[in-house]
Amino acid sequence: MRVGVVTFPGSLDDRDAMRAIRLAGGEPVALWHGTHDLDGVDAIVLPGGFSYGDYLRCGAIAARSPIMAEVIDAAHSGMPVLGICNGFQILVEARLLPGGLIRNDHGTFIRRDQRLRVESTDSAWTSGFEQGQEITIPLKNGEGGFIADEATLDRLEGEGLVAFRYLDVNPNGSLRDIAGLRNERGNVVGLMPHPEHAVEPGFGPTTPAAMRSGVDGLTIFTSLISSTLART
Amino acid sequence: MPTIVVEVMPKAELLDPAGKAVAAALHRLGHEAIGNVRIGKRFELHVDGEVDAPLLAAVEQLAADMLSNGVIEDVVSVRVSGAETSGAGVAGETR
Repeated sequence: MRVGVVTFPGSLDDRDAMRAIRLAGGEPVALWHGTHDLDGVDAIVLPGGFSYGDYLRCGAIAARSPIMAEVIDAAHSGMPVLGICNGFQILVEARLLPGGLIRNDHGTFIRRDQRLRVESTDSAWTSGFEQGQEITIPLKNGEGGFIADEATLDRLEGEGLVAFRYLDVNPNGSLRDIAGLRNERGNVVGLMPHPEHAVEPGFGPTTPAAMRSGVDGLTIFTSLISSTLART
Repeated sequence: MPTIVVEVMPKAELLDPAGKAVAAALHRLGHEAIGNVRIGKRFELHVDGEVDAPLLAAVEQLAADMLSNGVIEDVVSVRVSGAETSGAGVAGETR
């Protein structure tokens, strides 16, 4: 399975995302923001970083880059698309997911190993988790506060579109502790924490078992590969 | 050269952490009379040629679609400014 990772000017975690795809058994494919070429990939990851230096709004300029026309079309026709951190901001700016992401309520950048609860396994990127499973993956953002109006929040909750929720600490003032969303169809998922940084023992979050042994993020990528294989 | 000025503010009901930080600094400096501070954006679009109604309408659309995000921000004004000094000689208020 070929999974494209789009590099924008200012992307940081594109290589980490490609490594996570490889460790999950997929074939990562580098895609470039300035083209209209998806190179025949089966799924797409929009990686973390600071595209366009967060100018205008986080993700706003990247969401209007050439390749996003194809990404948006592909998402509408059901191709799995994952947005991580800045990628989540790009999905929101591209209106593929609702709401907005604003500066953290405490005004500072935060980096921590974050506990999350998987709230929806009904997506291409979360099907390998248990419903309600608690996982720990790194979080690092300055503008990760998820907001939406009350009606939208109620709809997201009612339709089960909240994919991940913060546990223990709400690190950025996100309303209803929302850390990630999925769309109605389940092919598009966006989240602020970074699953691609918790995929290999020795390089992930510290767990009670051993230092840096956390690999909870890998399930996001293995979910994609097994759910897509199951469909074809 | 005519300039179209677009002003965007974070929605009043949302927390503006940047404005809050500035307000806290002002209070620390003894400016008790200042209550809240909110920080917005001002765009100056320099136009080659005349500003006509269709162009202004296109910019209003652009202000709503790209220069602001309606989920978190409001477009406060879109107007034509012909003067060199910013803030002066404002003409043709459209909102």
